[in-house]
Amino acid sequence: MEWETVIGLEIHAQLATKSKIFSGSATAYGAEPNTQANLVDLGYPGVLPVLNREVVRMAAKFGLAVGATVAKRSVFARKNYFYPDLPKGYQISQYELPIVQAGKLEIVLDDGARKTVGITRAHLEEDAGKSLHEDFQGFSGIDLNRAGTPLLEIVSEPDMRSAKEAVAYMKRIHTLVRYLEICDGNMQEGSFRCDANVSVRPKGQEKYGTRCELKNLNSFRFIEKAINHEVARQIDVIEGGGTIRQETRLYDPDKDETRPLRSKEEANDYRYFPDPDLLPVVIEQSFIDDVRATLPELPDQKAARFVEQHGLSPYDAGTLSASREVGDYYEAVVAALGEPHAKLAANWVMGDLSAALNKDGLEITDSRIGAAGLAALLNRIVDETISGKIAKEVFEAMWGEGQSADAIIDARGLKQITDSGAIEKVIDEVIAANPKQLGDYRSGKDKLFGFFVGQVMKVSGGKANPAQVNDLLKAKLQG
Amino acid sequence: MHTLTLAELSNGIKSRRFSSVDVTRHFLDRIERLNPALNAFITVTADQALAQAAAADQAIAAGKGGPLTGVPIAHKDIFCTDGVLTTCASKMLSNFVSPYDATVVRKLKEAGVVMLGKTNMDEFAMGSSNETSWYGPVKNPWDLTRVPGGSSGGSAAAVAARIAPAATGTDTGGSIRQPAALTALTGVKPTYGRVSRYGMIAYASSLDQGGVLTLNAEDAALLLTAMSGFDERDSTSVDLPVPDYTATLNQPLKGLKVGILKEFFGQGLEASTESLVREALKVYEQLGATLVEVSLPNLPLSVPTYYVVAPAECSSNLSRFDGVRFGYSCDSPKDLLDLYTRSRGEGFGAEVKRRIMTGTYVLSAGYYDAYYIKAQKVRQLISDDFRRAFAQVDLLAGPTAPTTAFGLGAKVDDPITMYLNDIYTIGANLAGLPALSLPCGFSDGLPVGLQLIGPHFAEAKLLNAAHQYQQQTEWHKRVPAGYES
Repeated sequence: MEWETVIGLEIHAQLATKSKIFSGSATAYGAEPNTQANLVDLGYPGVLPVLNREVVRMAAKFGLAVGATVAKRSVFARKNYFYPDLPKGYQISQYELPIVQAGKLEIVLDDGARKTVGITRAHLEEDAGKSLHEDFQGFSGIDLNRAGTPLLEIVSEPDMRSAKEAVAYMKRIHTLVRYLEICDGNMQEGSFRCDANVSVRPKGQEKYGTRCELKNLNSFRFIEKAINHEVARQIDVIEGGGTIRQETRLYDPDKDETRPLRSKEEANDYRYFPDPDLLPVVIEQSFIDDVRATLPELPDQKAARFVEQHGLSPYDAGTLSASREVGDYYEAVVAALGEPHAKLAANWVMGDLSAALNKDGLEITDSRIGAAGLAALLNRIVDETISGKIAKEVFEAMWGEGQSADAIIDARGLKQITDSGAIEKVIDEVIAANPKQLGDYRSGKDKLFGFFVGQVMKVSGGKANPAQVNDLLKAKLQG
Repeated sequence: MHTLTLAELSNGIKSRRFSSVDVTRHFLDRIERLNPALNAFITVTADQALAQAAAADQAIAAGKGGPLTGVPIAHKDIFCTDGVLTTCASKMLSNFVSPYDATVVRKLKEAGVVMLGKTNMDEFAMGSSNETSWYGPVKNPWDLTRVPGGSSGGSAAAVAARIAPAATGTDTGGSIRQPAALTALTGVKPTYGRVSRYGMIAYASSLDQGGVLTLNAEDAALLLTAMSGFDERDSTSVDLPVPDYTATLNQPLKGLKVGILKEFFGQGLEASTESLVREALKVYEQLGATLVEVSLPNLPLSVPTYYVVAPAECSSNLSRFDGVRFGYSCDSPKDLLDLYTRSRGEGFGAEVKRRIMTGTYVLSAGYYDAYYIKAQKVRQLISDDFRRAFAQVDLLAGPTAPTTAFGLGAKVDDPITMYLNDIYTIGANLAGLPALSLPCGFSDGLPVGLQLIGPHFAEAKLLNAAHQYQQQTEWHKRVPAGYES
């Protein structure tokens, strides 16, 4: 039987506020345990939550960016359950009336096809603390630094049909929240994580199969592997005559398997009800208008502009707009170089620069060669001071030594030879040294032209202007 | 000295007739002598009180100080007090020393008020008789075999016995007004949002409101002027300016329209209480008010509505008491579940557990709509009833409690009868309205209270009406036998 996979994602994006969602504690990552938890975060008797206004602005930004309704009235509810890293015994979240409702996002698949994924809702909530089960000899430690950190939980429709689509969607959201500067997107630190609801059904069947929820997928690679694994497991179970139980499963990246965490029957009854300590969040139209006015250019808009204004291919435009920082860098290079040379800038940013960054594990914002430095180098290609090939050598030297392109070109004498007299002199030398090849060429072996070009470039130390070499060599060889 | 009102004590201190230290020492002596029989205090902060009093005296000597500088009061043990045991009368918090002051405590401290100590109460404010306290029941100074009402029973007994000149309280379903009625005090529950709830240990967040128990309306006005106001730490507090409530106490009541709450004079109301309340209403007529009967048809649903909403909120509010970070923690737990179940099982009393279970039930999947949502709808209907009534009248009036103080132990085993004691007070909490109780007579030597309810933020009008009545009557000046000297 042919099976179809159905996937919906719940993405938790940690909002990049300075303080927590309901208290004034700092949210910085990596502090000593329990040093960023005040009485409110600790759930002390008598304390009350006060909403951080900034999270509302950030959620509204996201809502507008995905074409959703930003609810004029949303309500915080309490999700009740006991766990030591949940100090109050309830998590403050939004349940029936979330702040962002009914949006959508277009994703581009590997084959270039486009697909729209529905975003059911996005709601604000506080994160729990962290339980530490090691190093305490039979006890568990609790770190409440993370308790109260603001999260935006972005819930998709079950619109994805493969692990690849799920990854493409998640990457798109990842790009978007960073563009909007509402989340740092750091998956290692848990600022951006995801649960996946996965089910399978016979192709053509309308009714969804029973779903399993895969918890805490915190890298793009794991998501793809976990989903593929889970799909295979479900198909195996069904084809073996079994049925899928609705349950929560945990993906173990070390063993590449999912295992059950709890079944639906064991699931908590969270007893949601509106939090009486917090008033409904009421948003004025003017607030929404203000937020809309501050929205940055979004990835799709930027890519479209790169195609139209710079003449890039849609693929290149998509790559360069995937991150706001890369887009900014690229645009700075183009600004210094002039739009007619945008393609050159694009090739270098996506090629040599990207490779060098990868090799050293650097973000583009920490690049050893700034946009102005790269533009200066590319200018030397444009004005024919050096060839593209020499430019690669100069780039490497710049990366290693931190000097400017011109300094390196001067110091190493890499300036291109454009004096035709000098080039002719080299050509004459090469022809004189290779009489046999000359004879063969003249008797019809055209392919030897390349051999002569190579020899001329070699003797000139790569500095001869290739176009001039071509012209002059052709004339001389013909005799 | 102890029969003086807060206002009189303040004047005496300011005019240097006596010092704050004199007054404070006098009340501390009375507490030491009289409290053992009453059990009104859980904690007495004598050293701190004397230090605060000395500081107040210095401030006054330096020509500083406001209307409350140097006067001592007691705080209900539900308000967090920095560095002082704050128990909520529960074993669960019997070891909890708060690291911070509630906003109410802070504001009064800043106004120069001296804290004598922390008063007994029903455990987590759940009760109407002060018998659910882990620290034992409080006795009513008017008759030591009877309850003082609850949950602010310790505050009521302390002020009635003149071992504290005034006290704070909290009122979720009548917990200030009912004990005030049962001990011949003036008890005010302000509008929901008027007084910050920050640092007031939550029972039912949408109903809880801090207020005062005093000897008369003037004292209440003095304290509320200092306690009220917006607090950025409490999102439900309301950002409206606080008037000086003492400034309007003497306004004449001519033309005041008082609605007699028809539903408050039905079955279950003791005849002697009814006749005293009706007598009191005649005084208002003499003061120039007009009386009209008003019906609030949904008001009889207050008690069942309250006993869905309040337990629902409390079941969640009390989840933080889990034995992990503060408060009672059971001995050598086997595992996490054992830690939770035994800490909570051993730390909470029976009434608290009953309400947590009721609340957990009404919020459960499958029951939520039938109970919680329905209760919220009825709550809205009750609010609408009040709103319609206040389109016709300025204030509503009726009895505070259906009976006078009942005997200790009389209703302990019958929660429903106990709950019905709050039948007249709960409505104001459900609608978030300000209300007060003031003494209006005695039946067989036991106090009876008249309740006045106003529209939102009509505290000034309520206090004005109470004060004018107290200019015509002497009920509020009576001191229970044995406590005059």
